[in-house]
Amino acid sequence: MPELLITIITIAVVVGAIPGVCNYLILLERKLSAWMQDRVGPNRVGPLGLLQPLADGVKLLLKEEVIPPHVDRILFLIAPGLSVFTALLAFAVVPFGPVGAEGAPSFLRFIIAPGIDIGLVFIFAVGSLAVYGVVLGGWASNNKYSALGALRASAQVVSYEIPLGMSVLGIALMSGTVNLEEIMQRQISGGFAAWNIWFQPLAALLFFTASLAEANRLPFDLAECEQELVGGWHTEYSALKWALFFLGEYTHMITISFLTSILFLGGWHLPGIAEPDSAYPLAWLVKLLVLMGKAFFFICVMIMLRWTIPRFRFDQLMELAWRVMIPLSLANLLMVMFVRHFELSNWWMLPGSGALFAAWGMISASLREAERRSRPGYVRRKKVDAHHDGHAAGHAAAH
Amino acid sequence: MSDTAKKKNVRWVEEPELGFWESTFVPAIMQGLKTTLKHVLDGNPVTQQFPEVKPELPLHYRGVHRLNRDEKDRVKCVACMMCATACPARCITIEAQAAPPEWPDRDKFPKSFVLDELRCIYCGMCEEACPVDAIELTHIYDLTGESRSDLMYDREKLLGVFDRTKNDPRDPVRTGRGRLGPASEFVQLPAVGPATNVPTSDRSAKSEAAGVIRTTGREGQQ
Repeated sequence: MPELLITIITIAVVVGAIPGVCNYLILLERKLSAWMQDRVGPNRVGPLGLLQPLADGVKLLLKEEVIPPHVDRILFLIAPGLSVFTALLAFAVVPFGPVGAEGAPSFLRFIIAPGIDIGLVFIFAVGSLAVYGVVLGGWASNNKYSALGALRASAQVVSYEIPLGMSVLGIALMSGTVNLEEIMQRQISGGFAAWNIWFQPLAALLFFTASLAEANRLPFDLAECEQELVGGWHTEYSALKWALFFLGEYTHMITISFLTSILFLGGWHLPGIAEPDSAYPLAWLVKLLVLMGKAFFFICVMIMLRWTIPRFRFDQLMELAWRVMIPLSLANLLMVMFVRHFELSNWWMLPGSGALFAAWGMISASLREAERRSRPGYVRRKKVDAHHDGHAAGHAAAH
Repeated sequence: MSDTAKKKNVRWVEEPELGFWESTFVPAIMQGLKTTLKHVLDGNPVTQQFPEVKPELPLHYRGVHRLNRDEKDRVKCVACMMCATACPARCITIEAQAAPPEWPDRDKFPKSFVLDELRCIYCGMCEEACPVDAIELTHIYDLTGESRSDLMYDREKLLGVFDRTKNDPRDPVRTGRGRLGPASEFVQLPAVGPATNVPTSDRSAKSEAAGVIRTTGREGQQ
């Protein structure tokens, strides 16, 4: 079959499937949050509320599109489109199934643009463009809340781009490529013990956290925090334009989940079930489902995190990026370089990551303690305690 | 207060110290995830599916009013205006009429009795005030109407509520089912116990004016 036709089919399938999947992710999010809060969640439209996304979609389509008179019309209209466009574009190089699997129908390619050697770089380049949608939307809205949200988003994305990129540089060094298919293939051919998570657990943690921030998900959703900024950058948006922003956000989530599975969890490899030499019928389908299952797991984790952790304060957010994640990802990169340069076993990276993590924990604990000591009244408080409170005195003596 | 005394009374509260594991965030987040995941998996929602499942209301729930009937199906109300007077929302309007001669147990009955269910705050004061147990609050909570005038409940509507609810175990006719309440049988009104006892020697207790609060038997009947 001609290459062009396959590409068109893949694009059509992906572009058609993603909005539907996003809709159902929203339902999943609502359901999970409801269960977590001992509620029932949407259950009126269709059995178990399964038709709720359709109803929501129809509602968003039919709602009035308000364009306030004080906005910059062109930018205001471009922004949501840009948001979705970049999110979908980033998905183009993500292999969402067993690329090149034997037995799969020839028109299934599981990646829109195969063989892109700059895959990872492309994703980061396009992914950071996504913030333009947010910034333009917030700026064009000509509204203080929107502008604040957009400013926060840009500061946040600029900060978290760095640890995001640096945490996967280690993988690029280890694999010797930034082509996502090849990174996945290396792990798969190496078996379970070759999954990158064994060598780069710290990088996986940093990558996942930074990408949460990139996707503006809670606990990093300061750009749209309802309690402070009404809706943040999308305050002035309504109906389908608003929905496009969320389509972009959820597409981002899907991309991140696939990326985490591909970069760290061996792609579609699952020991005993989906091995490169598994030859049972429909093996390609199982492999596809394994990869999707991994991605689904990460999406569930993201949703659960959203309903578990309170939002960061903005200075805490910046502190986490600049004082923790950037130094840690740099140190991690140095560690990979060290191991590669002296041609040590890759397995040194596992204790190395643990040591880095522990070191940073200790540094931040001691910094906190030093900050406590430097507070005015620290010494006097100890004296007062010694007189009146035996327990506190013992506590103080222990220091 | 001197400076040192102030310091003695000050109790310094320290924020909980963050140790190594707390500084790394990860264990705390795992702990939080454990809690939320437990709630996701236990499948034990507290939600009541309202239109399908009706709530179990407490027996003392105060819903729509009813006007009770006596054993001869006459309205029990004697149009004494106690409820209308007690009502803090002033939602009860009563027009009294002299009772026909074949009703020897009362002087008056309500010619019209209109209760504005929208204005009512459902405090139950009318029920408390009624001397003949004629007005009572039922457990009906889903009161709807298409206009404001629909919810101006007149005597017939209120009696209709009684007919609907009199055999509901949740809405027993609380006292004196059938006959009028004890207040209608008084020959002589007993001294009303005031909220605060007034000693018999007090000037207010000796006053002859109407509405004076006299002490009860606790300090000896006068």
